[in-house]
Amino acid sequence: MYNFEYHEPSSLADALSAIGSAEDGKLMAGGMTLIPTLKQRLAQPSDIVDLAKIAELKGIKREGNSVVIGAMTRHGEVATSDVVKSAIPALADLAGNIGDPQVRNRGTIGGSICNNDPAADYPSAVVALGATVITNKRRIAGEDFFTGMFETALEPGEVVTAVSFPAPEKAAYMKFRNPASRYAIVGVFVAKTSGGVRVAVTGAGACVFRQNEMEAALEKSFTPDAIKGIEVSADGLNADIHAGADYRAHLIGVMAKRAIAACG
Amino acid sequence: MSAQGIGEPVRRKEDFRFLTGQGTYTDDMNRPGQLYAYILRSPHAHAELNGIDISKAQAGPGVEAIFSGKDMEADGVGGLPCGWLIHSKDGSPMNEPPHPPLAVGRVRHVGDSVAVIIAATREQAKDAAELIKVDYKELPAVVAVEDATKAGKPQLFDAAPNNLCYDWHLGDKAATEAAFAKAHHVTKIDLVNNRLVPNAMEPRSAIGEYDRATGLHTLYTTSQNPHVIRLLMGAFVLHLPEHKLRVVAPDVGGGFGSKIFHYAEEAIVTWAAAKIQKPVKWTSDRSEAFITDAHGRDHVTHAELAMDKDGKFLGLHVQTLANMGAYLSTFSSCVPTYLYATLLAGTYTTPAIYAEVKAIFTNTVPVDAYRGAGRPEATYVVERIVETAAREMGIDPAELRRRNFVPRDAYPYQTPVALQYDSGDYFETLDMALKASDYLGFPGRRDEAAKRGKIRGIGMATYIEACGIAPSAVVGSLGARAALYETAQVRVHPTGSVSVFTGSHQHGQGHETTFAQIVADKLGLTVDQVDIVHGDTDKIPFGLGTYGSRSLAVGGSALVMSLDKVIAKGKKIAAHLLEASEADIEFKDGKYTVAGTDKAKTFGEIAMTAYVPHNYPIEELEPGLDETSFYDPKNFTFPSGCHIAEVEIDPETGVVKLVNFTAADDFGRIVNPMIVEGQVHGGLAQGIGQALHEGCIYDRESGQLLTGSYMDYDMPRADDLPNFQVATNVTLCTHNPLGVKGCGEAGAIGAPAAVMNAITHALGIKDLLMPATPQRVWQAINPMRQAAE
Repeated sequence: MYNFEYHEPSSLADALSAIGSAEDGKLMAGGMTLIPTLKQRLAQPSDIVDLAKIAELKGIKREGNSVVIGAMTRHGEVATSDVVKSAIPALADLAGNIGDPQVRNRGTIGGSICNNDPAADYPSAVVALGATVITNKRRIAGEDFFTGMFETALEPGEVVTAVSFPAPEKAAYMKFRNPASRYAIVGVFVAKTSGGVRVAVTGAGACVFRQNEMEAALEKSFTPDAIKGIEVSADGLNADIHAGADYRAHLIGVMAKRAIAACG
Repeated sequence: MSAQGIGEPVRRKEDFRFLTGQGTYTDDMNRPGQLYAYILRSPHAHAELNGIDISKAQAGPGVEAIFSGKDMEADGVGGLPCGWLIHSKDGSPMNEPPHPPLAVGRVRHVGDSVAVIIAATREQAKDAAELIKVDYKELPAVVAVEDATKAGKPQLFDAAPNNLCYDWHLGDKAATEAAFAKAHHVTKIDLVNNRLVPNAMEPRSAIGEYDRATGLHTLYTTSQNPHVIRLLMGAFVLHLPEHKLRVVAPDVGGGFGSKIFHYAEEAIVTWAAAKIQKPVKWTSDRSEAFITDAHGRDHVTHAELAMDKDGKFLGLHVQTLANMGAYLSTFSSCVPTYLYATLLAGTYTTPAIYAEVKAIFTNTVPVDAYRGAGRPEATYVVERIVETAAREMGIDPAELRRRNFVPRDAYPYQTPVALQYDSGDYFETLDMALKASDYLGFPGRRDEAAKRGKIRGIGMATYIEACGIAPSAVVGSLGARAALYETAQVRVHPTGSVSVFTGSHQHGQGHETTFAQIVADKLGLTVDQVDIVHGDTDKIPFGLGTYGSRSLAVGGSALVMSLDKVIAKGKKIAAHLLEASEADIEFKDGKYTVAGTDKAKTFGEIAMTAYVPHNYPIEELEPGLDETSFYDPKNFTFPSGCHIAEVEIDPETGVVKLVNFTAADDFGRIVNPMIVEGQVHGGLAQGIGQALHEGCIYDRESGQLLTGSYMDYDMPRADDLPNFQVATNVTLCTHNPLGVKGCGEAGAIGAPAAVMNAITHALGIKDLLMPATPQRVWQAINPMRQAAE
């Protein structure tokens, strides 16, 4: 790890000022990706602005039909939140299956979606549930937030403060894990919402995406059998030593089917 | 008989300090004025090393010194030696290219050491390393043994044409050919024994120190055998006399073989500490461990088994290519030869066996002994081909094995591949495993699983291993450049407590408890009255260390010899004190008594008398009670067993779930059943890991390690494993005083074949590569779908 200036602001305003005056600063949420990157000397920021002490970025609350989760809320808090468990049990379930207990006690929803790792779990929930990403500047539709591998719609000086998830009628997430890292090789989040059925796939491609063909089929009949005949194309999907593109394509179908079944 | 004696599940004495974080590992130690070493390593699999510019780095903050291979060469530092000479079929000695601790002229694998930077802090040493400019000329690399032997492929050493280290054989070729000529059926199989990364929990570490006043060099290191390191490094690499070199291996957090070997970093820090006259510490991080700790396995094998019409084995022919990596690690050469081909008889009476092994250099991390070392590879060949033969012949796999087992009354049994088994009962062990696994109930479970859309399979493997290595003269005649006895010193203190100084080394095995139980048993003490001291060449008379499941069979035997000497001397003292004839003195439960009387002296009284010899037979007997023994075994020991795996496969995803695993093992006499069970569990985790999870993959073109971290190298986790059914059958070893055989490696030896036999049984296929990852199994189920890997 190279040396850097460490800041621990207690307000978002102070954080923005710290990052604004840093030569090559980096915001740190849970640090689950950033710290290993620093330890391997793969990044050399001048400043680290740790968001952990900012109370306004934390917490889970119910607002009408939506659950609003502060950006610095830990996965473990989402997994065990009574609000999330009653309104969107699939989201609590997803959070409870991220990484291991150490990761769930450090990692945050804001950190996860801003990093936009292609194998992260949260992006699938944000897209499938039609969530809104709230920043210090604006509100961004979940689907528009994730723009590419490790890329988001965030602009310089923009910080995610919360994510607002409308409660669905039904939803479930099924993940096929990388045997080594246990990140998602394929994760499929299926949600039946007031705005229609959404199927969001993570892990399989460069970035989370919707499976439109399945969504159309499920609009007609929300049953596992409805997507039986759909052959998912392997074009453009990720391939590595653990899973080729065709295996990933196949797993999208299997995980989707299981997620629909789990919706009950 | 003590309540804490042989056979009792005494809780591990050492666990208090380990579980409360109070162990003292090498990296926990810090010497006054210590500096830190960082090793600059090759990012290339194969490259010419044309120049190293350290001018900028030398000026870096905190930098004390930077050395390259040429500096060590100029000081006359030797190469890292190989401890076993193998001769090829034609009688020529193996090719043994030099292995300098820091590379000279060429780097041959990703992670090969290029320079050492010594600075006040580890971070400063790393910072300086980034300022070093290395002029590499990249060369094409070769990583797979099948590629390396082909014409026109990159050559690692001029002295090793076609990358061949040796072309060795064992057994009777003509008799084997004759057996095949009269065979009713021949089963053929092609197998790959996948390369593994050892992954001990504690990364390697070494501290070198030099005392100018006394001329004493000290090396603290993560080793399974400090005396062996002292001998190899002192005699061959640094040319230091043994009385001026102390090697300390304190608490060591797991080895699995990877900490047997003499590594470059040990020589580098010891040499550098003397050179700059300051202590130097190096500690590997996990990423570095992946590219520097010796790897395991990596065999490609074709095997054929000839049978008569009843399935009786007539002959076995095995051809293996063994990957040595880029250099010969300390015991690498014996693993695919004398620790492998000698085990190809397995538990069977196969009368003719012929094995051919070619050892090949490649641009990969050196390969050496890893838990089981040769025996898992042999067992995998024998048990995969036997199971396949059973299917081809339409004979139940258990029945085919029974037809070929070494009969109960055939011991000592001479195999056609050099070993003589002293004892065993494979029939009973098989029956125990069949019963514990409810083998007969399998069809019902398969049908039930099918209703849930899952495919069940059951597979077994028996195994034999040669442990307790070894008779020194025998291994010497086979090319070993070391002896393989063990030592034990029993020091009885004046008040009757005992310190044992053992040449065995514990790095997780529980010797501090097991060895103390033996002392407690023999002398009538509690384990708390006994301390087991190990891991320091200044304290222990000598030692060959711990590997190959040898500690109890060899080190324990040396301990018994010394205890017997203590008891015998005590008898003489007791006879004097009790005014009786020595022949009338009995020793039992910690008391010397005159037979048939109530006249007695406790062991403590005898010990005190030995050190305060006021009333003592001083004319005939020296004072003191302190005995040392060297035990050289008469034969190997032969643990054996039968493992049965049951799997359930999800055909939609290819995920294999291990639903049941049974291990019935014969380890001879068991000293601590709880510790034995723990050893079996650990071995099984590693064996199952090889079958289902762990696979070390190099890019075939670039020679880059693709599985260089836990993001890609799949270590088995607790939730990957079922509750194991563990049973033990006991036939005693006939030639060591405890009747013990060894248990440390069994799980890793039996499990891979059992698991793969279960998976191939479930899927009705013959071939499947380890590890049986979900993708591979899914492809096997859907052979038409090609994965775009």
